[in-house]
Amino acid sequence: MALLETTQFRGRRFSFNALVFVALVAALITVAVGELVLGPVRLSLSQIYDAMAGNGEPMPAAIVTQIRAPRMVLGLGIGMSLAICGAVLQGLLRNPLADPGLIGISGGASAAVVVVIVLGDLFLGEIPASVRPYVLPIAAFCGALLVTALILGFAQKNGEMSIGRLILVGVAINAIAGAGIGFLTYISNDTQLRDLTFWSMGSLAKTGWFGVGISVTIMMISSVVLLRYARALDLFQLGERAAFHSGLAITKIKFSACAICAVAVGAGVSIAGPIGFIGLVSPHIARMIIGSAHHLLLPASALLGGVLLLCADLIVRNVIPPQELPIGLATSLIGGPFFLFLLLREKRL
Amino acid sequence: MITGRNLSLAFGNTPILRGANIDVPFGKLVAVCGPNGAGKSTVLSVLAGEQKHYQGDVYFGDDALANLTPRQLSRRRAVLEQSPSLSANFCVDELVRLSIPMELPPRDTDVMVRNILGQLGLSEFAKRRVDNLSGGQRHRAHLARVLAQVYANQTLFGAGYLFLDEPTASLDILHQIAVMKIARSAAQNGVGVLVVLHDLNLAAAFADDIVMVNGGKTVAAGSVGQVFQSKLLSQIYETPINVDKHSSGRLVIYPELQDLAG
Repeated sequence: MALLETTQFRGRRFSFNALVFVALVAALITVAVGELVLGPVRLSLSQIYDAMAGNGEPMPAAIVTQIRAPRMVLGLGIGMSLAICGAVLQGLLRNPLADPGLIGISGGASAAVVVVIVLGDLFLGEIPASVRPYVLPIAAFCGALLVTALILGFAQKNGEMSIGRLILVGVAINAIAGAGIGFLTYISNDTQLRDLTFWSMGSLAKTGWFGVGISVTIMMISSVVLLRYARALDLFQLGERAAFHSGLAITKIKFSACAICAVAVGAGVSIAGPIGFIGLVSPHIARMIIGSAHHLLLPASALLGGVLLLCADLIVRNVIPPQELPIGLATSLIGGPFFLFLLLREKRL
Repeated sequence: MITGRNLSLAFGNTPILRGANIDVPFGKLVAVCGPNGAGKSTVLSVLAGEQKHYQGDVYFGDDALANLTPRQLSRRRAVLEQSPSLSANFCVDELVRLSIPMELPPRDTDVMVRNILGQLGLSEFAKRRVDNLSGGQRHRAHLARVLAQVYANQTLFGAGYLFLDEPTASLDILHQIAVMKIARSAAQNGVGVLVVLHDLNLAAAFADDIVMVNGGKTVAAGSVGQVFQSKLLSQIYETPINVDKHSSGRLVIYPELQDLAG
């Protein structure tokens, strides 16, 4: 009898989980199509189909293939990788407030971008014009990796990495990066200040297939690798000692997971700027729906991250067309109150 | 068998272990006893592989502890911490499955989890969130998790060891006995069980062998009757302790409280 009850319960749970994933995939497809359809110029599904097939009218085809499709792919890639990295870091650090910013990714990328924007003319003058558009993303990527490597390096002591130390080192290094950014912002001219301000608010615009292709490939490979950490993250919930007792090489896993997150998020930040809140809020919402088991939580967070970021992008593009608000404003403005509502409803959290 | 010889360990300039020795054979329940700060839990943590900077030799059979990876070690021993914790909102069933190796077929895993939950009286709580259980139930749920690890590894790789660090510390007398019966039953199933215990009467009732630790050293080791002697215990605990034989044949250990008698 007990076995039968268990099986029935599992059946119900399995159906519920399957339903959640079907709903998330359906929502993702809907917003992805919406991203192609909606905008200052509204396109029909047949126009989009023709454009994709390569035999549409020139203007809709250009809008779809050169503007909206790369933007949609980038949004999916960034949303999914930010969310999965947030879920991994929250699990790894056993800290619900963890997000990619904690290990210095955003701080490092921002510092490198500020250096290039404000001081770039001093040492990048000889760079050919064809390479110039890629200087900022490359700098951001390198900055993200460098600062993350510094934080992970300093967080280690006697070959072991303490989570408390990691957080404190992250705070210190981010503060130093922040001071550097503040100084360079202070000495920047009006044009540089405007560039800095818009980059720091994040945007999926101004992207072509080349940059999107590289960035999204890095993000997707990293995210798939992170899915393999699901069981280890479950064991981390027992605490590091018990996780070690269950067979995990604790320091190796912490270091490699943080490094992969840095690569994934660095690839996104480098091309779209820092986009807040998705990495923090998506895993929380996913956890409330589907539970804490990471083999479900990681993919659910990723799908939800993609949906949320594309929703935010749809809103910023369609509120006052053809003007476009920074996407970071939308993710915080929409995500913040919604997150607060969920937290207040979930009394046990 | 696990053999630990001349185990020494210092935290900074403070020596915690100073040449402790211990053997844990398969199929036996070995209790490590001693006063507060004697180094009991540290002995367990060295054998569990947690301490990197100890001196001395630890062997799991023919294999030196230092040469075992965390994964290899987890196949040979499971450890229940004194205060196990859980950050996620797993239900009991999910918690128990956590430490079971992936190599065990799903059908066998289901049967094993069901049996262990039944053995610990947790079947009705299988789908309840762990953070909604009482302290005693939570402790039993974590015990179920390490038992599942031990028995799964026994099925896959041969007999292993179960380390319990003061498993009865936060439990009432009923649950203390229940936990010790489970440890005893694991030993009867061929598992080598190492239990750190404060309660000498529980040790006398359930252990095969006693290792008495004091000041970081093994001061006595052997059967219950050999170690639990009034003079030795009185010296170690620095207070008069009596050892009597109960009508059941079991030893009963109690301190003299002459000051309170009058």
